[in-house]
Amino acid sequence: MIRGVIIGQYYPVRSTVHSMDPRAKILIATIFMVILFMGNNFYCFLAMGLFAVIAVLLSKVPWHVVVRTVRPMLFILIFTLALHLFLTPGPVLVRVGPITATWSGLVQGLFIGTRLVILIMFTSLLTLTTSPVELTDGLEDVLRPFSRLGVPHHELAMMMTIALRFIPTLLEEAERIMKAQMARGADFQSGNMLRRARNLAPLLVPLFVSAFRRADELALAMEARCYRGGEGRTRMKKLEMHRADYVGILLVLLASIVVVYLRIKFGPVIQGTV
Amino acid sequence: MNEENRAVVAETLVHTYGPDESSGVTALAGVDLEIKQGEFVCIIGPNGSGKSTLARHFNALLLPTSGRVLVFGMDTKDERNLWEIRRTAGMVFQNPDNQMVATVVEEDVAFGPENLGIKPEEIRQRVSDALKAVGMEDFSRASPHFLSGGQKQRVAIAGILAMMPSVIVLDEPTAMLDPRGRREVMETLSRLNKEKGITVVHITHHMDEAVHADRVIVMYEGKAVLSGSPAEVFSQTEDLSKWGLDVPFVERLGDMLRKSGYEVSRSALTVEEMVDELCRLRSST
Amino acid sequence: MPIEIEHVTYDYMPGTPSQVRALDDVCMTIRDGEFLGLIGPTGSGKSTLIQHLNGLLVPTSGRVLIDGLDTRAKGTDLRKLRQKVGLVFQYPEEQVFEETVFEDIAFGPKNLGVLGEEIEARVREAIALVGLPESLLQRSPFELSGGQLRRVALAGVLAMRPEVLVLDEPTAGLDPLGKREILGHIRRLHERGLTVVMVSHNMEDVAKLADRLVVLDHGRIVLDGTPREVFSHGELLESIGLDIPDVTKMMKELRKRGWPVRTDVLTLEEAYEEISGYLAGTKVGGPR
Ligand SMILES: Nc1ncnc2c1ncn2[C@@H]1O[C@H](COP(=O)(O)OP(=O)(O)OP(=O)(O)O)[C@@H](O)[C@H]1O
Ligand SMILES: Nc1ncnc2c1ncn2[C@@H]1O[C@H](COP(=O)(O)OP(=O)(O)OP(=O)(O)O)[C@@H](O)[C@H]1O
Ligand SMILES: [Mg+2]
Ligand SMILES: [Mg+2]
Repeated sequence: MIRGVIIGQYYPVRSTVHSMDPRAKILIATIFMVILFMGNNFYCFLAMGLFAVIAVLLSKVPWHVVVRTVRPMLFILIFTLALHLFLTPGPVLVRVGPITATWSGLVQGLFIGTRLVILIMFTSLLTLTTSPVELTDGLEDVLRPFSRLGVPHHELAMMMTIALRFIPTLLEEAERIMKAQMARGADFQSGNMLRRARNLAPLLVPLFVSAFRRADELALAMEARCYRGGEGRTRMKKLEMHRADYVGILLVLLASIVVVYLRIKFGPVIQGTV
Repeated sequence: MNEENRAVVAETLVHTYGPDESSGVTALAGVDLEIKQGEFVCIIGPNGSGKSTLARHFNALLLPTSGRVLVFGMDTKDERNLWEIRRTAGMVFQNPDNQMVATVVEEDVAFGPENLGIKPEEIRQRVSDALKAVGMEDFSRASPHFLSGGQKQRVAIAGILAMMPSVIVLDEPTAMLDPRGRREVMETLSRLNKEKGITVVHITHHMDEAVHADRVIVMYEGKAVLSGSPAEVFSQTEDLSKWGLDVPFVERLGDMLRKSGYEVSRSALTVEEMVDELCRLRSST
Repeated sequence: MPIEIEHVTYDYMPGTPSQVRALDDVCMTIRDGEFLGLIGPTGSGKSTLIQHLNGLLVPTSGRVLIDGLDTRAKGTDLRKLRQKVGLVFQYPEEQVFEETVFEDIAFGPKNLGVLGEEIEARVREAIALVGLPESLLQRSPFELSGGQLRRVALAGVLAMRPEVLVLDEPTAGLDPLGKREILGHIRRLHERGLTVVMVSHNMEDVAKLADRLVVLDHGRIVLDGTPREVFSHGELLESIGLDIPDVTKMMKELRKRGWPVRTDVLTLEEAYEEISGYLAGTKVGGPR
């Protein structure tokens, strides 16, 4: 079960978005995030949402897959909404006992919620259309200018590849250990939160031991294959930007101009916020 | 013998794990051995006898506590030789899952050559040659996660081949595989040895894999206690069982028959050889 | 306590693009006191099947009855079933976590609510069954050798006093001596009346130990019978990536070369009898 979720991250189909340069995609996603946080009213979000919808359509990733990526965040979404709904002062919407929900709370909650949904959908699109290797290669390149500031761009990217490579293995391992303990009468399902949390403890020791052993073996295998960090290393695949990449970047820049315009024109959705 | 003919040499090699020699674990207690270029050598020995430790000296993943190791004449202790030694003597480990670096087969095979700083076009060529050599060319874009154990080990071997080594050291590469996986790996190794002249050092607990080697080395308590052709080694039935090792069943059958007075040659170690030998015996009576 | 497996189908990740059918309409009954060998190539569903034997997995369709109790039914106490069917996973020593060997073996009984002195008794009984000295009990599991650790893991399951022992490749990674020892203990447990189900990639081992073999391929049972019956299907086994024991292979080869020997031979001793018997016959009775 666990395997499917992780591997399901990358959705292998051929599309314009899939074949784009990972660096371009990372750049676009970054700009997108920045302007998403610049947007201060629903018109801005409408424009951004439209941009995201077009991107999803171009990527040929089915809608239900994209929507599924939001699901794990549902709890956080509802929590955020509730927090704003009940804690923002303003004209009362309903009153249930000591708790009051306000109009401005509703608007604010919806506003933050929409922002989050668009954010999750768009960033998931990045991982849905870019294989982990492409992603790290791209990241390494994008981070390269920062190496002068002492950012170990190669090591960061390598760490990310390895993390991506090992997450499914570790999850599988956790499942395996859990099952082995269940076979010996351990109970992970019943009892209150505290009890359940305590029952997880015996899981962690073997999991950490195993993670360290694996990491150790992998480090050894990498060293045996002459790995010595980024220096002197070449790449089989050279990244190349094509027309689609430039068009993509141009579009996201255009979108940011639109958002800035809408921001100035309509102003913040709630007075006194940014 | 001149230096070039000797792929790997260990001279009174001692290795101690831990802070110092008095309190640590002595995993190797003075190993002397020599592996010739083009040889197919199997190393057998009980758990904890020092096989893995020895293997890690062959490509300078570990350095001698005392004594020395030479790989094609290069001393592993000399820092300047480090990368050339690791390129020359490639290493494949037991667990295929813990040695895959990338999430796509061809990227994984490319990892070694990339570290060597080879030009992209040539890496491409090497990757496709290496995958062909192990019969995995159809899986170049696959995710290692979806391969069988035997296929993963062949990818790992390809990853080493792409660095164009002269020696491949394999630490129990078949331990986690099913019969087909084992067969695939063994066939791949013997092909590389015969066709490309690559020296193979194969560590295994399966005695029936050892009978196909040119030479078998037995490790016991940190020493190379026996070395010789499979026929020589497996005829030492008593010693082997003292060391906790097995004798291939063909050899045991031969023993039983010899005890009953049949003149079965000691050189028959594989099923095929034994069948030939028995047929010879029948026609001679 | 028989285990009945009726038309069991199991899908991993049902309803997703990566759905895998790991078991496909499997039917079999594990009888009391049986030593069942389970063989099959990688990915054939062996591990999936044995997890059904104690309710760690429940069928997507079909049902599993353990002592008449359906693992899918609401009222079934799965923990009780897991006590009766002891499952030892592959490389069990990688899963020890307690500070001492004693604590690790006591983990199972404690979960079952066993108390005080009874735990002591169970732990001692269990290590005796796998031939470990009591002096090891207070040691840290991380100080033991691979073979010892494997036996600790086995003892951890035996301490729950199961009636059925299920083992997933119990000898993987052990040297020949360690392997012989573990197999010896398993054989003795079976002789004491335990039902044993053992998954193995080693044809020689199952040929020697099991009294029944089930062969899986792509989630289906392709052969089910005594080792002799199963290994008489050499070509079928080879076509799915398995093997027959070397002894059997040799006898078949001899037969091809015109030797009138039996080909359903599974042990060295049998082979010796056949071959020396024939050679003696040709010497004495044959034309000279
Ligand atoms: N990293 C380490 N630190 C301390 N001791 C170690 C380490 N690795 C191995 N040893 C010890 O060194 C000895 C030799 O171990 P080694 O792994 O070389 O044996 P092996 O022959 O490969 O065994 P196996 O057949 O189990 O793989 C053992 O006693 C082992 O406990
Ligand atoms: N947790 C899981 N999630 C998804 N698929 C799985 C999972 N576990 C097993 N599978 C798949 O189910 C099928 C059967 O696997 P299973 O582990 O039962 O085989 P096996 O016979 O035990 O193989 P091996 O000999 O390699 O241990 C395989 O195709 C495998 O990839
Ligand atoms: Mg080893
Ligand atoms: Mg399995």
